[in-house]
Amino acid sequence: MSFGPHLFLALLEGTVAAFVLALTALGLSLVFGVMRVVNVAHGEFFMLGAVLAWAVSSLVPASPALGFLLALIASPLAVGAVALLADRLVLRRLHYAPEATIVATIGLLYILQQLVLTFYGPYARPVAAPISFRVQFPWFGYSGYKLVVIAAAAALLAATWYLLMRTRIGLVMRATQYDRETAQAFGIPVERVYSGIFALGAMLAAVAGVLIVPIQQAHYLMGLDPLLLSFITVIIGGLGSLRGTLVAAFVIGLSDGVISVFFSPTLAKIIATLFVALVLVFRPSGLFGSARA
Amino acid sequence: MRSGTGRALLLHLAVLAVLFGLQFVLPDYHHRSFARILVLASYAVGYNLLLGYTGLLSLGHAMLFAAGLYGAGLAVQHLAIDAASGFVLGILSGLALALVVGLVALRTSGVAFMIVTLMFSQAAFLTTLYFSAVTRGDEGFTLPAAARQYAIGDLFFDLTDPGTRYNLALLLFGACLMASFALVRSPMGRVLVAIRENEPRTVMLGYHTFRYKLLALAASGAISGAAGAAYALLFSYVGSTFASIQYSILPLLWVLLGGVGTTLGPLIGTLLMFYLIDTISGYTSAYLLVVGLALVLLVLLFPKGILGTVRAKAAPWLP
Amino acid sequence: MTLLATHGLVRHFGGVKAVDGVDFALDRGEIRAIIGPNGAGKTTLVGIICGRIEPSAGRIRFEERDITGLSAWRRVQRGIAYTFQITSVFAGLTCFDNLALAAQRGVHGHRALEKEVARLLGRVGLADSANSQAGVLPYGHQRLLEVALGLALKPKLLILDEPTQGLSDAEIDHFCALIREVAAEATVLLIEHNMAVVMELAQRITVMDNGRILAEGAPEEIRANAQVQEAYLGP
Repeated sequence: MSFGPHLFLALLEGTVAAFVLALTALGLSLVFGVMRVVNVAHGEFFMLGAVLAWAVSSLVPASPALGFLLALIASPLAVGAVALLADRLVLRRLHYAPEATIVATIGLLYILQQLVLTFYGPYARPVAAPISFRVQFPWFGYSGYKLVVIAAAAALLAATWYLLMRTRIGLVMRATQYDRETAQAFGIPVERVYSGIFALGAMLAAVAGVLIVPIQQAHYLMGLDPLLLSFITVIIGGLGSLRGTLVAAFVIGLSDGVISVFFSPTLAKIIATLFVALVLVFRPSGLFGSARA
Repeated sequence: MRSGTGRALLLHLAVLAVLFGLQFVLPDYHHRSFARILVLASYAVGYNLLLGYTGLLSLGHAMLFAAGLYGAGLAVQHLAIDAASGFVLGILSGLALALVVGLVALRTSGVAFMIVTLMFSQAAFLTTLYFSAVTRGDEGFTLPAAARQYAIGDLFFDLTDPGTRYNLALLLFGACLMASFALVRSPMGRVLVAIRENEPRTVMLGYHTFRYKLLALAASGAISGAAGAAYALLFSYVGSTFASIQYSILPLLWVLLGGVGTTLGPLIGTLLMFYLIDTISGYTSAYLLVVGLALVLLVLLFPKGILGTVRAKAAPWLP
Repeated sequence: MTLLATHGLVRHFGGVKAVDGVDFALDRGEIRAIIGPNGAGKTTLVGIICGRIEPSAGRIRFEERDITGLSAWRRVQRGIAYTFQITSVFAGLTCFDNLALAAQRGVHGHRALEKEVARLLGRVGLADSANSQAGVLPYGHQRLLEVALGLALKPKLLILDEPTQGLSDAEIDHFCALIREVAAEATVLLIEHNMAVVMELAQRITVMDNGRILAEGAPEEIRANAQVQEAYLGP
């Protein structure tokens, strides 16, 4: 394949990665934006989503489509429940103190990861795609399911945007983000909003995990890369800025996809990590963000 | 003399004496474990300097430990340098890296500092993988036994001998412990604690707090590098795992458990956690679950740690 | 003899001019009070002088040298000490450790440090509190500790930001006596709302309003000044 088609393939791969990253990073960004909490276990919610998807779909081995549909509903709900539990038992009790919360979520990361290791095992397991068709381009065939992922992710992003911008619940969430004290004075149950946001963030990551699992097998360590990429996305896009997060997700998803096809992924990651650290040092509100202190 | 210094000094010397005596009664397996624990506890002492005394929570100390590990290991392996020079090189590597990272990272604080140190450490970890031609990446390499002998005049040190290993590890730990004890009682130590308690006020008392934080990080880096170098030279294995996030989280855990901001806390935390993980590993490969649970429980219920609680409840003179 | 002089000091916060062109000068050895309604810019001005706030424009000279670019910690070392408006002692440390921190740069050896700290504690009347945790002291005592911290720095200029706020009458009397003593060794600049204290202590008063200096002079002049009365009481 010559360069042009190769690039096109890389862009397609990058687009899939970008949409999935957008979902995952959005979850992290919401949690940070509203609760001012950095959830280091966010990648594990992604991983749980994928692993539970495997578990659910293996209950209905005859019909991959049905299994996948069930997974798409059940898995995020279950992960949301886990997140709620973590919030109630741990984060709320710490009063969301920044440093203590990070340490606690690191603990949560290990707990979730190792529990999955114990019950699911160290092996990567595939999940059949609900639909398998190939789209035939002039230079290569491309998995139709990946295009479905793009469509589904786009739909979910739109739905989340609608939820946040056009519904009362979304208004309540944005009010709490903007000024917690005033929100409380207006009778908004801030603690419940926080629980809700934390669960929503986890569910977004879980859905991303479900969508990706037919493409990339479910494995107990699969949460670490999405975590790093989401971090990079949220920091570069600007802590607290949803628009910035989305823009950054596309930039990073696309470039990660393209770079990984042409260059060493390890080198790409090194550069990305250093870049993020430097952005955080020299431009603390990210490249686009307007973080409220 | 500062009140309580006599008692505290006696306590520290007693602990070292007990550790020295233990080598004659410990069965083989525990004898080897203790040597390891003492080196790792030195790493924890270095970490505590930054967290417990200066109040800076770093999530990237693995890169400093690894700087010492690889600094000594690569030099001995590829440049045929002797063990003692390798050790010094390891310390200098940790110190240098800490200074470079500190000049950039110390412009941030709190959560941002945690993330920045995490990112730098990740980059360092990935670098050990990227240059796997030299470092052998994940697989790592072992130092040949010949490299682990050292002679000064008539004295001959064989680092493969368990007795030598134990005593060198104890020497390292003792030096780090007493250095941290001295620092903590010194005027500089007082400034570090002040920075932890109320940095703006410390600035307004005429202290260039950035410089002090950098010094603390440099000292922490030197100690962590020394521990890493010792680990390579005494236990012969050098690998990427030691640069991974796990080795940044472990000292945090050891220090939290033993007591943040206490000189002896790191030893207790390392000792307990080592045996806890050791025991659990006998039953399952998911021993990191214990690490996770411990972190959550400590932060939620027991933030002062063991010696921290003892100090608060019964012994305010404990440094 | 001018100790401190500012030229055209300006500080914006967004659209607000907190300090709007201030030329302010202090003579060595005087006790000067800055008064003015809330929002007049007093704390901002003083913040710029001690280096905690950067000016948007203007220059400052201390002891004939330009210190505009000097960082706060360096100004402290040159002799400018600031005590915080909202008490900012090291609550978790003992009074001894608080003062030791402030005094140790000027004193060598542990015995000498102990003596110096004891002297400072005695001077402000906290001799019994050496080993008490600063955070559990009654409020008035914490304010005294703040002053002691300033004194420990052996300053040439001691800036006190609303030092008597929250103190009882007896504590205020004690405070005034202390300041009069201190003025023998250092120039004192205080921001105060308590008029009785101002009239009692100040040799000269500077009145600020809306980021500018409204009037400056001896206490009786200021008391009689119509503009000042208007600024405080309204037209």
